[in-house]
Amino acid sequence: MKIREGLGGEFLRRFQKNKLAVSGGLLVLVLFLVSFAAPLLAPYDPHRIDVSQVLAEPTRDHPFGTDQLGRDVLSRMIFGARISLKVGFVAVGIAVTIGVLLGSLAGYYRGWTDSVIMRFVDIMLCFPSFFLILAVITFLEPSIYNIMAVIGLTGWMGVARLVRAEFLSLREREFVLAARAAGAGDLRIIFLHILRNAWPPVLVSATLGVAGAILTESALSFLGIGVQPPTPSWGNILTEGKDNLQIAWWLSVYPGLAILLSVLGFNLLGEGIQSALNPKLRK
Amino acid sequence: MWFYVFRRLVGMIPLLIGITMISFAVIHLAPGSPVDMQTDLNPKASPEARLRLERLYGLDKPLHVQYMQWIGRLVRLDFGRSFSADNRPVLDKITERLPITILINALSLALILSVAIPIGVYAALRPDGMFDKSTTVFVFVGFAMPTFWLALLCMILFGVHLGWLPISGLSSPNAESLSTWPWLVDRARHLVMPVLISGFTGLAGFSRYMRSNMLEVFQQDYITTARAKGLSESKVIFKHALRNALMPVITILGLSLPTLIGGSVIFESIFAIPGMGQLFYQSVMARDYPTIMGALVIGASLTLLGNMLADISYALIDPRIRKS
Repeated sequence: MKIREGLGGEFLRRFQKNKLAVSGGLLVLVLFLVSFAAPLLAPYDPHRIDVSQVLAEPTRDHPFGTDQLGRDVLSRMIFGARISLKVGFVAVGIAVTIGVLLGSLAGYYRGWTDSVIMRFVDIMLCFPSFFLILAVITFLEPSIYNIMAVIGLTGWMGVARLVRAEFLSLREREFVLAARAAGAGDLRIIFLHILRNAWPPVLVSATLGVAGAILTESALSFLGIGVQPPTPSWGNILTEGKDNLQIAWWLSVYPGLAILLSVLGFNLLGEGIQSALNPKLRK
Repeated sequence: MWFYVFRRLVGMIPLLIGITMISFAVIHLAPGSPVDMQTDLNPKASPEARLRLERLYGLDKPLHVQYMQWIGRLVRLDFGRSFSADNRPVLDKITERLPITILINALSLALILSVAIPIGVYAALRPDGMFDKSTTVFVFVGFAMPTFWLALLCMILFGVHLGWLPISGLSSPNAESLSTWPWLVDRARHLVMPVLISGFTGLAGFSRYMRSNMLEVFQQDYITTARAKGLSESKVIFKHALRNALMPVITILGLSLPTLIGGSVIFESIFAIPGMGQLFYQSVMARDYPTIMGALVIGASLTLLGNMLADISYALIDPRIRKS
C-alpha cells in the first residue's frame, strides 16, 4: 500500500511541475464546473426567444450577443458545454470498451484470433473516418445518442492496438506466469492481472480521445447532422454563424473559441498524464 | 525487391474484400431505404411503384445475393448508377470530382512539408529553447483547432471585411471568358483559403513529428561518428541527420491519407468546392446508396493504395526493410 502511495505522489509531483499539463487540467476543470452549474451560471433560459433582440451585438445584457431568434448566445454556450462533455465521455467510453475487449483478446490469445482482429482493425483504419461516420449517422436519425454511438464505434482501433501491444509484452511476465501456475483461468488473468497493469496508455489515449470526440461532434453539428436545434451545441451555433457571416461575427467567434479551449485542455491533460507516467517519453 | 512488392500486393486482397463488406454492411443494416426516400419525395407513388423501384435496384433480393451481384459488378469497375435525378454512372460522378480533392490535398501536403520540416528541424536543434517553446504552443493550438471554425474566421476576415479573397467555389462566375493567365490567377485566388486551412492541422502534427524524429536521430551513433570525424555541423545536420529523420515521414504521409480525404467533407462543404467530399455529403443527404457505397469503397481503396505505395517507397530507400 505504501509503495502505491509513493508512486501516486511521484506522479502528482511530476504532473504539477509541467505547466502545460496543469493549465490543461484547469481548462478541463472549468469545463466541468460550467457544465454542472449551467442553470446557475446562465444569465437567461437558453431557449427563450426574444424577437426584440434578434442578432443583437454583444452588450452588457448579452455579453456574447444574441442569435437570429434573439436567444442569448452566452447561455446557449453554457448549456452547449454539457453536450460536448457528454458526447466526449460516452463516445470514448464506447471506444475504450470495444478497444480494450478486442485488444486484450488479440494480445492474450495471439494466433488466428489475433490475425482476424488485427486485420479488422487494418480494414477499419482504411476508411476515411469522417466518411464512415457521415454514412452511418445519416441513415440513423441524427440525435445526440446516435452521434455518441457512431463516434465510439468508429474510434476504437487505436485503443485496440495499444492494449494488444501491452498484452503481448505483459503476458509472459512473472506475475502472469505465477497467476497461471496458481490455477487462475483466462478471464481472471486477462481482467484481474494483465488489464490492471495495462491501463496507463489507455488512460492517455482516452483523454486525447475525448478531445477528438468533442471536435467531431462539433463538426457534425456544424454540418447539420449532429445535435439538432433547438438543443444548443457549440457546433450548431456555428452553423447560424455561417448563415449570418456578413452581419453577426459573434455567432462565429465565441463558440469556436470554446471548442478550441476545451479540446486544447483535454489534449494538454492527456500529454501531461503521459509524460508524468513515463518521463522517459518526454522527448 | 519485386518479391516484396508482390507480397504486399497479395496482402492487399483480403483487406479490399473487407473494405467492400463493411461498406455494404454500413449502408444496408441502417434503417430507412432508398425506396422510402424516392416515394417520400413523390407522394403520389403507389405501393406498385415502390415495388417496381425495389425490383429495379434489386433491393427485394436477400442481402447476400445483393452483395455478390454488387461485387461481381465492382470487379468490372461498374459501380452502378446514381439514385439521384441525373441517374449517371457512379464512377463518372466520382472520377470527375476526385481530381479536385486530390489537387487541394496535394497542394496542402506540399505546403505542410515545406513549412513543417524546417520548423521541426530548427526546433530540435535547441530543445526547450525559445523557438521550440513557441512552436510547442503553436502545435497544441493547431491540434485543437476546429478546421471549420478557422475557415469561418478566415472567411469573415479575408472575405467579408477585407474583401481580399473569394469565399466560395473554385472560380468566378465569369471564369469561362477569361484567357489562360487570368483564369489561373482566378483559380489560385479561390484555392488559397481552402489549401491553407486544410493544411493547418497537419502542419502542427508534422512539425511535432519532425522534431521528435530529429531528436531521436541526434542520439544515434552515426551522428557521433560524423561529428567525431570533424564534419561541419551543417553537414551533420542536413546530410546525416535530416536524411534519416525524413524517412519515417513517408509512412506518416500514407497514414494521413484517410484523415485528409475525410476532412475534405468539411471544408469542401464550407467553401462550396465541387470535390469528392461535397459529393459524398450530398449523396448521404439524398440516401444515394450506390454513390455512397462507391465513394466509401474508392476512398478506402485509395487509402490502402497510398499506404502500400508509402511502404514500397520506404523499402526502396531503406534496404533494411525489404531484407527483413
